[in-house]
Amino acid sequence: MNIVNAVTNKIKLFDYKKFLKGEGALITFIVLFLFATFKYDQFFTLLNFKNVLRQVSMLGFVAIGMTFVILIGGIDLSVGSTLAVAGVVAAKVSPYGIGVSIIIPVLIGIAFGVTNGILVTKLKIVPFIATLATMLGIRGIAYIVTGELSVGASSASPGFIQLGRGYVAGIPIPSILFVLAIIAAVLVSKKTKFGRHVYAVGGNEEASKMMGLKVHNIKIVVYAISGALSAFAGVILTSRLGAGQPVAGEGWELTAIAATVIGGTLITGGVGKFTGTLYGVLITGIIQNMFNMQGNLNVWWQNILMGAILLGVVVAQSQTARVSKSGNS
Amino acid sequence: MKTITKKSSVNVNQDRDWKLLLNKYATPILLVLLIAVNAIFTPNFANVNTMWNILIQMTTILLTALGMTLVIASGGIDISVGSVMAISSIVTAKSLGFGVVPAVILGLLISAVCGVFIGFIIARFKIQPIIVTLPMMIGIRGIAQVINDSQLLNFNEPAFSFLGTYKFGGSVPIQVFIMIIVSASVYFIANKMSFGRYVQAMGDNYKASRLTGINTFMVTISIYMISATLAGFAGIIETARLSAADANAIGKLMELDAIAAVAVGGTPMNGGRPNVIGTIFGVLIIQIITVAVNMNNIPYTYSLVLKAIVIILALWARRDK
Amino acid sequence: MDERILLHMKNISKNFPGVKALKGVDLEVKKGEVHALMGENGAGKSTLIKVLTGVHVEDSGEIYFEGKQIFTNTTLQAQKCGISTIYQELDLIPELSICENVFLGREIMKNGMIDWRATEEKAKAILLDMGIKVDVKGVLSQQSTAIQQMVSIARAISINARLVVMDEPTSSLDEKEVKVLFNVIKKLKAQDISVIFISHRLDEIFEICDAITILKDGERVGYSAIKDITKLQLVSMMIGRDASKIVSRKKSYSKDKMSNENIIETRNIVREPKVRGIDIEVKKGEVLGLAGLLGAGRTELARLIFGADAPQSGDIYINGKKVKLNLPKDAIKAGLGFCPEDRKVEGIIPHMSVKENITLAMLPRLTKMGVVSKKEQEKIVNKYIEALKIKTPHMNQAVRNLSGGNQQKVILARWLCMNPELLILDEPTRGIDVGAKTEILDLIEKLAEDNISVLMVSSEIEELMHACDRIAVIRDGKKAGELYAEEIGEEAIMNSIAEGGK
Repeated sequence: MNIVNAVTNKIKLFDYKKFLKGEGALITFIVLFLFATFKYDQFFTLLNFKNVLRQVSMLGFVAIGMTFVILIGGIDLSVGSTLAVAGVVAAKVSPYGIGVSIIIPVLIGIAFGVTNGILVTKLKIVPFIATLATMLGIRGIAYIVTGELSVGASSASPGFIQLGRGYVAGIPIPSILFVLAIIAAVLVSKKTKFGRHVYAVGGNEEASKMMGLKVHNIKIVVYAISGALSAFAGVILTSRLGAGQPVAGEGWELTAIAATVIGGTLITGGVGKFTGTLYGVLITGIIQNMFNMQGNLNVWWQNILMGAILLGVVVAQSQTARVSKSGNS
Repeated sequence: MKTITKKSSVNVNQDRDWKLLLNKYATPILLVLLIAVNAIFTPNFANVNTMWNILIQMTTILLTALGMTLVIASGGIDISVGSVMAISSIVTAKSLGFGVVPAVILGLLISAVCGVFIGFIIARFKIQPIIVTLPMMIGIRGIAQVINDSQLLNFNEPAFSFLGTYKFGGSVPIQVFIMIIVSASVYFIANKMSFGRYVQAMGDNYKASRLTGINTFMVTISIYMISATLAGFAGIIETARLSAADANAIGKLMELDAIAAVAVGGTPMNGGRPNVIGTIFGVLIIQIITVAVNMNNIPYTYSLVLKAIVIILALWARRDK
Repeated sequence: MDERILLHMKNISKNFPGVKALKGVDLEVKKGEVHALMGENGAGKSTLIKVLTGVHVEDSGEIYFEGKQIFTNTTLQAQKCGISTIYQELDLIPELSICENVFLGREIMKNGMIDWRATEEKAKAILLDMGIKVDVKGVLSQQSTAIQQMVSIARAISINARLVVMDEPTSSLDEKEVKVLFNVIKKLKAQDISVIFISHRLDEIFEICDAITILKDGERVGYSAIKDITKLQLVSMMIGRDASKIVSRKKSYSKDKMSNENIIETRNIVREPKVRGIDIEVKKGEVLGLAGLLGAGRTELARLIFGADAPQSGDIYINGKKVKLNLPKDAIKAGLGFCPEDRKVEGIIPHMSVKENITLAMLPRLTKMGVVSKKEQEKIVNKYIEALKIKTPHMNQAVRNLSGGNQQKVILARWLCMNPELLILDEPTRGIDVGAKTEILDLIEKLAEDNISVLMVSSEIEELMHACDRIAVIRDGKKAGELYAEEIGEEAIMNSIAEGGK
């Protein structure tokens, strides 16, 4: 039947506009990378790369979780607090072997995540309010557990110490784990039912329900993933610093959201890629690194710039989203 | 199966009446309960000094929560209020050299500018307010910290400290009057002025509001300006009370207390009728929790958990709107 | 029981608070049959469909499917029984690919991973079978509504649906696309799949359907094979009064009697893609109808005139003066009022009271120094509640608790209290009961007598014929024709809509 000729998209060999839109994060990363290379002598050194890579991996885990949550149309502000609780718990159980000191904090993180999920689904509380409350409550727990003091991990098992500080083939272990996590996330998002259902729910929740997807369960699992990954980041942070701190992870929710959104995930849900989040995380890492190397700039400037970048990206997103929408209708 | 459905539907109706009643008076009942329990169990709670203390300490939360009431009623949220407090605090303290009045005006002005900027971004680009105010929260505090290199700024300026420490007749703190005046004004704006109707209409149905001729752009900007200015004012009073400005500490987590108070007070979180009286009750509840925890020698951190639970319970109780 | 019967809904009743939506309705659909479900808005069609598809649970009654009693208490249960629904608002995920939308929730797996190749091939095969050639890897939102609908149908086929419910599937399709849809329906029939077809377009019903069930006020008032019924019979059953009466016109203005003063004029006004250069003018005290198919650009034109959207080019004149309407408030200042098509989404402020809803646009006139004068406000509200016979227990009732007709009257009151010069009414009677409908049409007539002009968009030709002095027909974003009083007739309008007319 030729009445409906639906192949409306002209196929170009290389659609540079689409590329710019789709890979904006990658391009930004490359530009920043080149800039830093020419500007700072210490930047293009193995030592610095190792540092930056390790630095960003912990944020990276949180950002992967955040990407899932934002994809599904939610937000999770409690990640930093979860990270703190997991970190101090990891410090407390660190003498009992690496398995225990990962599994217990991660289970706690999952419990927090499930709580968030239940608040959002069963109790129908708007995600940012629900997670704002749990952010507060979980931070309180971190303080209560520690008496507001940092918890030393001096008698930690050797494996636990390696987790945050070790290298394999010269690459920091956290970075290897982060890259593995990104690969896993990409696979999950592209190749599994669960992953596709996340996109479906974020794209059109009502329709997903109609199609028989168990929307509540999917959301709860997503918040649990975010809790688990934040907790894991907390474990690594404790291993690296040799102590669990109840104030750890403050403000990380912002950086994680920033990395996700800079990576091209739509803040409204349903559209986004985990490779984008990888670039987003690297971009925030390079910016921090540049601030450190600049030296004469106050650390507060970093927050100002981070805020400005996030705001800029969100505004830009809202503009392009509108353009493509009106183009369709 | 069918009969069950029928039966339960009857029950639901009775249930609802009961719930409606509870919903309506939940906040005052909770407040009375809290006061009663504390009067009995907390040593020194039922005491005039404690009362003045509660009132002095709740000023900052009340001012920000009143602004937040309008913001939430319009369907928005503003989590940058704590940072606005910080910037107005540090700006006012820094510029005391120009005289008290210019300094205060400058502090209020900078707060208003923050609010206008936030409102403009939200109204112009139609981005969810949480996403706009989140970077603003971080950025504005960053600026506040940069201004004095993140150092504590002490000052000795009695004329300014008056704003936070004066007591009428030796016992009634000036804060009480400030709270009464601001509460009455916001109540008036929300309930008697057309502006209040516009705020509610936009929170309830934005599209229809626009088609009814409401200047949604200007109203949005005004709402966030009012909210930020009130937050800034709160910051100034707090700075005056302490005779010091600390950009790191002042207003931290204030947005949470304010949102909690509004939620407990019964303004619908998705927008709708601003419940100013409810917010005042909500602030009292939040403040009494903080004070009671403190007076019972329970570490402050427990109040964080308690507040989280109160927010969630309040929202859960009102989820069937 | 006849073994050719696929679906038998028996004695279905459903009440909503204050409304008996279904009062013991029966519906029988045979295998391989295209069954029309007809009725005016509010007759109970969509409630019946929602009971069948598990969106609502019936209060009483039984559903038999392929001879067995079934319970469809959730949409998923209905789907598992073999009942699929193609909704008006498409229930697909716009940002996912076509093939994914077909198989979402029932992914084809291989080694624990989704087998994209098989998914693509199967989706392609199903669509090809329907006669649709399309890149199944493409994102759904890039496709036309028609294709999106086909994807919905493909999805139904892929889950082995025995019965496909189509709720006004043609309302957003153009003629060619309707043809494609009908071909697909014929293919479904050939596979012995039944279709319940809901449409307001009589011609389509007679073209594609085999049998028909007619609902009115929650009851079945007619059931017949399509060949045993005429259009006139059908319409009179639906409306429940003598069909010849609806065509009667109360007024008979004509070209030369009309005032020459233009309240509003548009000159070559453009907002792509829906409005492509339209000239219209509304004269003082005139009721101008805008006829045309859904999606022809009528609503968009109305929104441009009201300043709800900005035109890309072209001019608007009010009372002969060129104006620039950036926002609705500018249009309101110039004396315009607008009752939007979707009352719930764009009209009412649901949790606000009747009082506040009526006076919302008027507040600037009711305030001194920003303070609302309550006394004046209540005086006006009382006046309009009485004048328009708005049924509400008191003026402080939340407007969402009112019936559709009364909500519409509240919105009309909102504008009437402004003493407008021109009221724009977009589908003013959609979704409201017959009684309120008549009242609103009478009101429009009265407005014209009071020298208030009306620009009325409607999809119901009878309604336009009843109310309008002049009808402009919009087709594909352009004015296709204009009919004056004496020429207004169903055939003339139809011709103009279909052919581009005179």
